Amino acid sequence: MTQPRDFGFGEEQVMLQDSARRFMEDKAPLNALRAATKGTEDPYLGDERTGHYNPDAWKEMVELGWTALAVPEEAGGVGMNLITAVAVAEEIGRAAMPTPLTMTLLATFVLREAGTTEANQWLERIAGGLSMTLALHGKEDFLETDSTQVTASDSDLSGTSWYVQDIQKVDAVLVAAKDGGDVKLYCIELGADGVSMEHDRIVDLTRDQGRLTFDGAAATKVSDAGVDVINAAMPAMLTLLSADTAGACEWLLQETAAYAKVRTQFDRPIGFFQAVKHPIVNMMITADETRSLVYAAACTIDNEPEGSELAARLAKSSACDTAEFCANRATQLHGGIGFTWEHDVQIYHKRVMHTQQLFGDGVFQRSKAAELF
Amino acid sequence: MAASETAEQREFRAYCRAWLEENRPPPTAMPLPQAAYEVMTEDHRSYLVDWQNKCYEAQLIATDVSKEYGGHGHNGFQQIASTEVRRANVPYFINWIGLGMAAPTLLIHGTEAQRKTYLPPIFSGEDIWCQGFSEPGAGSDLAGLQTSAVKDGDNWIVNGSKVWTSLGHFARWMLLLARTDKSDKYNGITYFIGPMEHEGVTVQPIHKMTGESGFNEVFLEDVVVPDHMRIDAVGTGWKVAMSTLTSERGAAQGVGAVATSESPFAAIESLIQLAKTKKRNGRLIWDDPVWRDKLMKLYERTEASTQNFRRARVDALNGGAMRIPLQGKLTGSELGQELHQVALSILGQEASLYIGDDNSEENGRWALGYMNTYTGTISGGSSEIQRNILGERVLGLPKTK
Ligand SMILES: Cc1cc2nc3c(=O)[nH]c(=O)nc-3n(C[C@H](O)[C@H](O)[C@H](O)COP(=O)(O)OP(=O)(O)OC[C@H]3O[C@@H](n4cnc5c(N)ncnc54)[C@H](O)[C@@H]3O)c2cc1C
Repeated sequence: MTQPRDFGFGEEQVMLQDSARRFMEDKAPLNALRAATKGTEDPYLGDERTGHYNPDAWKEMVELGWTALAVPEEAGGVGMNLITAVAVAEEIGRAAMPTPLTMTLLATFVLREAGTTEANQWLERIAGGLSMTLALHGKEDFLETDSTQVTASDSDLSGTSWYVQDIQKVDAVLVAAKDGGDVKLYCIELGADGVSMEHDRIVDLTRDQGRLTFDGAAATKVSDAGVDVINAAMPAMLTLLSADTAGACEWLLQETAAYAKVRTQFDRPIGFFQAVKHPIVNMMITADETRSLVYAAACTIDNEPEGSELAARLAKSSACDTAEFCANRATQLHGGIGFTWEHDVQIYHKRVMHTQQLFGDGVFQRSKAAELF
Repeated sequence: MAASETAEQREFRAYCRAWLEENRPPPTAMPLPQAAYEVMTEDHRSYLVDWQNKCYEAQLIATDVSKEYGGHGHNGFQQIASTEVRRANVPYFINWIGLGMAAPTLLIHGTEAQRKTYLPPIFSGEDIWCQGFSEPGAGSDLAGLQTSAVKDGDNWIVNGSKVWTSLGHFARWMLLLARTDKSDKYNGITYFIGPMEHEGVTVQPIHKMTGESGFNEVFLEDVVVPDHMRIDAVGTGWKVAMSTLTSERGAAQGVGAVATSESPFAAIESLIQLAKTKKRNGRLIWDDPVWRDKLMKLYERTEASTQNFRRARVDALNGGAMRIPLQGKLTGSELGQELHQVALSILGQEASLYIGDDNSEENGRWALGYMNTYTGTISGGSSEIQRNILGERVLGLPKTK
C-alpha cells in the first residue's frame, strides 16, 4: 500500500470542508430554493426552467478559490488533488446546492488529463472564475465514450449534444466531437456564434439540463485523444459525483433521524418503533459505506492510478444504491409530509436520483468493474 | 507505506510480516474448524495453545500492554500486529474470549492484583477463558439473568446455569455475571471471575446445527467464589458487562484477539474464482451479467467495510468516535452470511455435499461456513439488538427497552 492511511485528508482539507459547510449554511440555498418554488401552482409546468441559481454565490466561491483548487499550478491554479475537491463536492451535495461548481470540477479533471497547451489555457480561465460543463453524450447508448453526435471539421462543431448539465449556469462547455473516426475534445463559450440551447424539463430542482446544438460553431481543440482522455478522467468524475451523493445522503439520514425523534404517534416518537428505527440505521450503514469508498477512491486516484477505475466504480456503485435506499426510506418514514412539495426531503430525493444516472447507475458501474477481474 | 506511520511502526510491521512468514505452523492432522468458536478436540487445543504462546513471545499479542501485566510495553503497535496476523492467513488464537473480552475488562475494571495474576496466562494461552453471560431465560435481555451469588464471609456462593458458553469445555476461568440483588434488575448484578475447575461446576456440550460442538451448558451448584475474584464493586456488574460487550463487538482497543483466520477479502476473492470455474446454463457463472452484478455488489461492500475500518481511525472523517466501530460486527456478520448464501447458489446441487464427501468443494467449507455465519449474527448481541444500539446511541432515537 502506498496510500496515506488518512486518505490524504489532512488539516488543509478539514479547514476547507469546514469553511465550505459554513458557506453553504450562510447562503442557505435550501431556503432560497424553497422560496423560489413556493406559491407556484404547478412548478413543473411553468415556462421557467432555471436551476434556481444564485450568481452572487458563484462569485464568492470563485473568490474563495474553489474553481482554482484543482487547476494545476502551471495553469495558474492551486494544484490540489482529488481528495481536496471531494471535500468541497461533498458539502455541495449536503446542501443540495444548485451550482455550476461540481460540473466545473469535473471539466477541470478532464482538462487536466488532456494536458495540452490549449487545455491549460482553458484551465487558467477556470481558475479565474469561468464555469464549465461537459457535452460528451449523444442520445443513443449515451454512456459510451464515443456516443457523441457532434462532428468537427477544423474545430468547427456541428450537431447536438444531449443531457448537458447546468447549461443555464455555465459560461463554457467542453464538447466531445467526432473528426473523421476519432473523438476529439473542444472548448467553446456558450455565447459563441453557432451555439444554441434547448432546456429539458427535468425532475431535479437543483440542476438544469438541456441539449446544445452547434451549427458550424468555431471552438478550440483541447485534445486529439478524446476517448483516452475521457476514460482517464472518468474515475475522478465518478468520485466527485459520488461525493455529492454521500453528502446528500448524510443529510437525508440526519433529517430522517431528527424527524423520528419529534413526530409522535401511538403516544411515542416514531423512532421508538423498530420498523422505523432499523431502516434509519440501515440508511446510516449504506451512507457510511459510500463515504468510505468515496474517500478511498479519491485517495487511490491521487496515489495509485492503476487502481483508479475499480475504486471509482465501486464508489459510484455504492453511491447509486445508497441514494436509492436513503431517498426511498426518507420519504416513506416522513409519511404524508415527506411526499409534499413543501418538504425539503423531496429536493434531496430528486437530486440523488438525478446523480444516480449521471455516468451510469450501480448496475452499470458493477458491469464495468467486473471487466477488471 | 502509510504516510502517517512512524519509522518504528514501519519497522515493526516488516518484522511481523517476516516473523509470520518464517513461523507459519505446519497444518494439523485433522483440519482445524473454521473459527475458534468451534474448537473441540484436545489435539486442536494443544496445537492452538502452542501457536498462541509462540505469537505472544514474538510480541504479536499484548503488544501494547504494559510490562508489569505481562505485555510488551509498546505503543501503537497492536493494531499493526493484528492486521499482519489477519493478512498472513495463519491459525486463529484459541483464547479469543480471554484476549478479546477478559483482558480488556480486567485492564479497565480489574484490581492491580487481578491484572498481575490473570493477564499473563491469558496472553500465553495457558488459561483459556469463557463468557458466562447468557442463561436459558436471559439472552438479548441479558439483565434478566437469575444465576445468584450470595455472600458467605469472604466468599460468594453461586447457583444457577449458563448457556451457549463457548469454550466452556476448555476454560479455567469464566467471565461470570450473577445476581446479588433480586430487587434491582440492572444494579443487582455483580461481575466475577468464575472458577471453572471448582467443585459444583458441570459442563455439558451442546451441538450446533453444523454437527460441531464448541459451546456448552454450564451448571453452577453451590460454587464457592472468593471475594477477591469479584471485578469492580458489588452491583456494578451491568456497567462492567457493557464494557466487555464493547470489546466483544470489536469497538474497543484489543490486545490481539483474532478469532477467525480468513479475511473477508480472501472469501470474496475465492468466491469470484469459484464463479469462474462453475458453469450454469451452458456458460461460466462469471460470464452471466446477473451473477456478476451480485458478486460485484458483494465485492463493493467488502471493500467498504475495509475502508470503514480505515476511516474509523481518521477523527475528522468518522462522524463521531463510536459511529463506525459499532457497525463493525453487524455489517461484517451480515455480509459474511450473504456471501456464503451466494456461494451456495453458485454451487447449486454441489452445495448439498458436506464435510467428508470427496466430491464436495473444499470439503464442504461453504455449507459449513454458511451455517456458522449465524454465530456472528446471533451471538454478542443479535443483529436486531445491534440495530437498536446504533439507532439509540449513535442517532439518538428513543430507547427500545
Ligand atoms: C455460536 C454462539 C456462541 C455463543 N457464545 C456465547 C458465550 O460464549 N457466552 C455467552 O454468554 N453467550 C453466548 N452466546 C449467546 C448469545 O449471546 C445469545 O444467543 C444472544 O444474545 C441472543 O439471545 P437468545 O439466544 O436468548 O435469543 P433471544 O434473545 O430469545 O432472541 C430471539 C430473537 O428475538 C430477537 N429479539 C430479542 N429481543 C429483541 C428486541 N428488543 N428487539 C428486536 N429483536 C429482539 C433477537 O434478535 C432474535 O432474533 C452464543 C450464541 C451463539 C449462537
